[in-house]
Amino acid sequence: MTKQVTLTIDGKQVTVQEGTAVVDAAKLAGVDIPVFCHHPKLEPAGMCRMCLVEIGRPMRDRATGQFVMENGAPKIQFMPKLETACTNKVEEGLVVVTQSAKVAEGKNSILEFLLTSHPLDCPVCDKGGECALQDLTMAHGPGKSRFIYDEKRHLAKQKPLGELIFLDQERCIQCARCIRFQDEIAGDAVLEFDKRERSMQIVSRSDPGFDSVFSGNTTDICPVGALTTVDFRFGARPWELGAQASICAQCPVGCNITLNTRREAKTDGEIVVKRVMPRQNEEVNEIWMCDKGRFAYHYAGSKKRLAKPLVRKDKKLARSSWDAATKLAAENFAKDKKDFVILASGRLSNEDLFNLKSLADHAGGKAYLYSHMAGGELTSLVGVGAGTNFAAMGAGTTILVVASDLYQEAPIWYLRVKQAKERGATLIVMNPRETKLDRFASFKVRYEYGEEARTVHDLTKKSKEGDALLKSENVVILYGSEGLGVLGSQSLATACAKLLNENGFTGKPNNGLIGVWERANDQGAWEMGFTVEEDLAKALKGKAVYIVGADPVNDDPKLAKALEGAAFVAVQDVMETATTEIADVVLPAQAFTEREGTLTSGERRAQRFYPTVPVTGESKPDFAITAQIARNMGVILEGTSASVVFDLLAETVKSFEGLTYAKLAEVREQFPIVGRGDMYYGGTTYENKKGLGAHLSAAATRGEKVSIPRVQREPVPHPKDKELLAVPVNKLYDRGTTVMTAELLHQRIGEASVSLHPDAAEKLGVRAGQTVNVSFNGTSGQAVVKLDTSIAEDIALVPRSMGIAIREPVAVKVKA
Amino acid sequence: MTHILLRHREIPDINQLSVYIKNGGLAAFKNAVTKMKPNEVTDVVKNSGLRGRGGAGFPTGMKWSFIDNKNWPHYIVANADESEPGTFKDREIMEGNPFQFLEGLMIGSYAVGANAAYIYLRGEFWEIAEALDAKIAELEEDGYLGDTLFGTDYSLRIYTHLGAGAYICGEETALLESLEGKRGQPRVRPPFPPAVGLYNKPTIINNVETFTNVPMIMTNGAEWYKSMGTADAPGVKIFSLSGRVRKPGNYELPLGTTFRELIYTHGGGVQESRKVRAIMPAGASSSLILVDDDNILDTQMDYLEVRKLKSELGSASVIIVDDTVSMDWLINKTVHFFQHESCGKCTPCREGTYWMSHLTERIHSGQAGKADVDLLLNVAKQMQGKCLCALGEFSTMAVVSSIERFREDFDNVVKA
Amino acid sequence: MLSKKYPKEVKQILSKYPPEGRRSALMPLLFLAQREEGYINKAAMQDIAEMLDITETEVAGVVGFYTLYHEQKEGKHRIQVCTDLPCALRGADKFMDDLCGNLGIKVGETTPDGAVTIEAVTCLAACDKAPMFQTQGPEGIKYHENMTVEKTLELVEGLRKNTA
Ligand SMILES: Cc1cc2nc3c(=O)[nH]c(=O)nc-3n(C[C@H](O)[C@H](O)[C@H](O)COP(=O)(O)O)c2cc1C
Ligand code: SF4
Ligand code: FES
Repeated sequence: MTKQVTLTIDGKQVTVQEGTAVVDAAKLAGVDIPVFCHHPKLEPAGMCRMCLVEIGRPMRDRATGQFVMENGAPKIQFMPKLETACTNKVEEGLVVVTQSAKVAEGKNSILEFLLTSHPLDCPVCDKGGECALQDLTMAHGPGKSRFIYDEKRHLAKQKPLGELIFLDQERCIQCARCIRFQDEIAGDAVLEFDKRERSMQIVSRSDPGFDSVFSGNTTDICPVGALTTVDFRFGARPWELGAQASICAQCPVGCNITLNTRREAKTDGEIVVKRVMPRQNEEVNEIWMCDKGRFAYHYAGSKKRLAKPLVRKDKKLARSSWDAATKLAAENFAKDKKDFVILASGRLSNEDLFNLKSLADHAGGKAYLYSHMAGGELTSLVGVGAGTNFAAMGAGTTILVVASDLYQEAPIWYLRVKQAKERGATLIVMNPRETKLDRFASFKVRYEYGEEARTVHDLTKKSKEGDALLKSENVVILYGSEGLGVLGSQSLATACAKLLNENGFTGKPNNGLIGVWERANDQGAWEMGFTVEEDLAKALKGKAVYIVGADPVNDDPKLAKALEGAAFVAVQDVMETATTEIADVVLPAQAFTEREGTLTSGERRAQRFYPTVPVTGESKPDFAITAQIARNMGVILEGTSASVVFDLLAETVKSFEGLTYAKLAEVREQFPIVGRGDMYYGGTTYENKKGLGAHLSAAATRGEKVSIPRVQREPVPHPKDKELLAVPVNKLYDRGTTVMTAELLHQRIGEASVSLHPDAAEKLGVRAGQTVNVSFNGTSGQAVVKLDTSIAEDIALVPRSMGIAIREPVAVKVKA
Repeated sequence: MTHILLRHREIPDINQLSVYIKNGGLAAFKNAVTKMKPNEVTDVVKNSGLRGRGGAGFPTGMKWSFIDNKNWPHYIVANADESEPGTFKDREIMEGNPFQFLEGLMIGSYAVGANAAYIYLRGEFWEIAEALDAKIAELEEDGYLGDTLFGTDYSLRIYTHLGAGAYICGEETALLESLEGKRGQPRVRPPFPPAVGLYNKPTIINNVETFTNVPMIMTNGAEWYKSMGTADAPGVKIFSLSGRVRKPGNYELPLGTTFRELIYTHGGGVQESRKVRAIMPAGASSSLILVDDDNILDTQMDYLEVRKLKSELGSASVIIVDDTVSMDWLINKTVHFFQHESCGKCTPCREGTYWMSHLTERIHSGQAGKADVDLLLNVAKQMQGKCLCALGEFSTMAVVSSIERFREDFDNVVKA
Repeated sequence: MLSKKYPKEVKQILSKYPPEGRRSALMPLLFLAQREEGYINKAAMQDIAEMLDITETEVAGVVGFYTLYHEQKEGKHRIQVCTDLPCALRGADKFMDDLCGNLGIKVGETTPDGAVTIEAVTCLAACDKAPMFQTQGPEGIKYHENMTVEKTLELVEGLRKNTA
């Protein structure tokens, strides 16, 4: 517990933590001190000078060190000059005056200085309506500028910093918030000032420009309209936007977001999503989000949306009624219990997955999670639970990241792990190759692909990393699926769970296992009892298959082939996909923007999302469609209310016990204060009014006896002569269905690639940038060669979901 | 008078190590390292009353005693950025009497417990840096620098580091940023460098001239030093005299010497025997002293007395302005200097110097009206007390003082 | 690549700073990179960024801040005349005008043969020896004090020969 300090701000007594900046203390006391460069998440810079206030300090006697008293109180000595509230820390007995003629003159002057260089083009500025400069000028600024307008400098107004973010040089007030965010928080120092004096301008020299997956956040904290996203600029005026709370469905982090909507002529007056903004949840994403989440939302409004049920007639898909379509599906599913298979993805909500699992259980079918990664039954045993919060991790905590490139797979976790390290946590990064997190690692552990489970198992045996880990009070392990398929990730998860369980790092806050899953709600599916199947093709062949929220035909030719041989295929999705094309029945589902539900994040937090835009055509929520099919099979499931499904779920699945929609919607006061009338302070991030969510319990937390099975090692294929071992890695911007609809991101997605060690490339006679043929098990694909010196010579890295279907390590041939 | 700092003017080849040693050089350093405790060295400097010669005049011994002894390692930095218009003394010291400066830095290093010292030179001092590197190498060779000096466990190395053209890097925290390979923009203070400095470690920064005093103080004692100069400012100071005088140059004189002596006895008087109209005692950053009364020239140059004339002694770079000069031209020069050198970090300086340069340009070119002069004065005052570092403040000094004290020069050039 | 071209210099520069201060080597490395061509190209910036484990943008920000680094190719030699207040009080502005007149170029321009660029700079700490300038070129930075236009033109002739 840090020391508390009491001070007086505008006559109000305030008690805050030692080390708090005066401006933040004032905010806590309800006193607004205007700022531009200060941001409560950034180190103080003291640049803009907007926060000038009068500060008085209690006088001390030089000899005795005692306060000099006057009328029974310490005598206060004020400095002759105004001081910045952002750079001064609170002190016992400090007296701060923010309302005086002197302070008013200060604010007025600074604003006038800023306006000398500002274009005042508010009527055409995207930030108009949520602009700090505009708001503060109205409140404190000079009525007229004394700087003659024709002397103003004219600068570039649409300068791309990269293809996602544009800079208006005239509007920039040089507060450096964007530069500092990229350096201090994102750890991607790809923005800097060029030149100095009034010629100073923001630049990015990275390739591609503004090379950071966090770039969009700079537009939220830019206090003027200098930085805008290409996605939203000229899109709408902030005051005409509707706002609804939601959860980002792009990765297992579960960032809290707000969807901004507007009626749009382009869509015949329909309400559409105009932009995605972060919504504050200090325990999940703070006030940030990554660019994938911000820009890859377009699929919900895609032209390829399914609007009506379809049934195959004479080899062609034709419109059908819900009744007919669900009956047909039900008949086929009910034919032979052994042959009914559900294949659902973690894109679905908890409610959807619960109904699916219930259906499988009642109808005697199998429920498979569509994923290449296993181990989720272990995260529900020894996963993190209530009270876990990355923000609370620091000295005394060890975070182990294994087989995952967090920057690419769960960007906000990358930030949070990095920050925990900066607060004193021990960070162990274990991966066969270099990843971005290495820069912040206390220990880097390299191993060969295939050795992950053994490396984890051996970690605690006399290694300095192991010693550091065992000495910690808290240990969190994030494990991923780099280079691993179902069996490999299963062994790795088991080794991790064992390590945690045997050393007492389970069952308490900030301890346990986290899966870096491929999809937003994979963890939910595991809690519900879904499993993954190693040989999915075999499992689907000849079966009546109910595919929900997945596109196996597009992903993997092997699965496409298997489905050709299926007895019956019903596909339920939001969009037309390669899999709906081969379906016997197609069932149109609502997008997450059109309905309500909950998702379980990787750190096992259930969070609510809310209906935001009108429903597309006749589409229905997934859980309702499943209920309708079930009814036709004689199984009664809840099909109308998501919250009722959730209640049933909470009754049935132990880890959800005690949770309700009301509980997930609870909010608490959070700091920093954002999204209110004082947008200049925290930025345009939305305040959280719709729920912070709640953790599921883990078996270990519930005090159940946990036993972890033995580690089964997966044999890694041995590449023969002239072959390489291709290992799958995960990429943030891949060719996944949701990403591809965001045209903006296409440049970042790039082409299918294969990374080789320079020596391997030389041996094969291929150069960087050259297109090569990668073949294995009868399939092949084209990929562009990249070089990576951090991998072994017999390895070829192949990104998942980039055109070459690779689920687990395989031996491949690479040819020019 | 014999020189204490500019000793090369009397002793030929004192920039050669052997000559320097023959004249008593490096004995003070050896004595300090082998016979004194660090804080004893600091005490001598404290007692001598030596004040920093970089401009602010902060007591040197006191600064050294602020070094945070709970946090290690410590660093020491010599500020050889010398970029104030009108200042050219550190250069002469480093060229003429380099070993005395280096010895001062070495004694300072020992006093504050630094094992690494950096000399931050403005980038233009390329040749000086090369010469210093050679001198440092000689000192290493002869066992004055390196590990376990004189058989003690004290080690010291000195490195030169060049800036690359930025006046602001003379400001000590901007200097540290620059030395760390960053843009030279001042840091937020507190914390001050003796607590958090180079690489976030406790760091002492002093001017070249400040260090150059130290060997003589250690050799001759604090009392000897205090016997020169005034009570407010003991010792000697190098006055860089420039502007409209016949013999510009560096003059090492006791603090408290009068302007008259500097200008007429040493500087040979004003060119063309004209009248001194104004004095800028601290380079371009000065408030102009209005010399409307001949007695003003009898003012003693120390921190207190110059302040009484509503100016500052600063780095004692005395620029003499005669009656051929119009103040609208003069502040157009100074304002453009500051506008060009503003680091851009804080709003009032970045925007204010930019705005002022527009106004002085208009005024000087005869396009302005009377109201523009008032506006200029107002803008300058509006900047005061709000900037992050002193540069912004400096930029207003000549503007405010010249408009207030020489208003007629402006009225003469504006449109009726 | 700098470390290939000047291995000794690079090593010596890096040795001046402690490991946590590796970035301090940035400014000396930039001078090294500028030595031959008189400006710093993109490849050099990338090279230095990699060497110091910082981004190219951070390197560019430093290059842009300081006036002695150049991103554009100009004359092989730069004549940088101090026209600041103390020098101006001793005739620097007139010296500059005359010099430019004789060379037939304006301040900021380069002679057609690419030999010299004339620039006006702020105080160089030689206020008692005006008119004065420094030359910046492959040989480093050199001071030229108490100059006349005639002496300067002679110097320019010498630099021209050196360029050819
Ligand atoms: C804008 C600005 C420029 C400065 N330039 C120099 C300089 O060139 N040389 C110097 O020694 N001090 C300069 N200073 C003063 C330094 O910040 C610092 O006070 C000094 O180096 C301390 O040394 P001293 O105590 O020995 O004087 C400058 C200060 C400011 C605000
Ligand atoms: S006063 Fe000027 S030089 Fe100092 S920080 Fe502000 S902008 Fe930079
Ligand atoms: S200086 Fe305090 S908010 Fe910018």
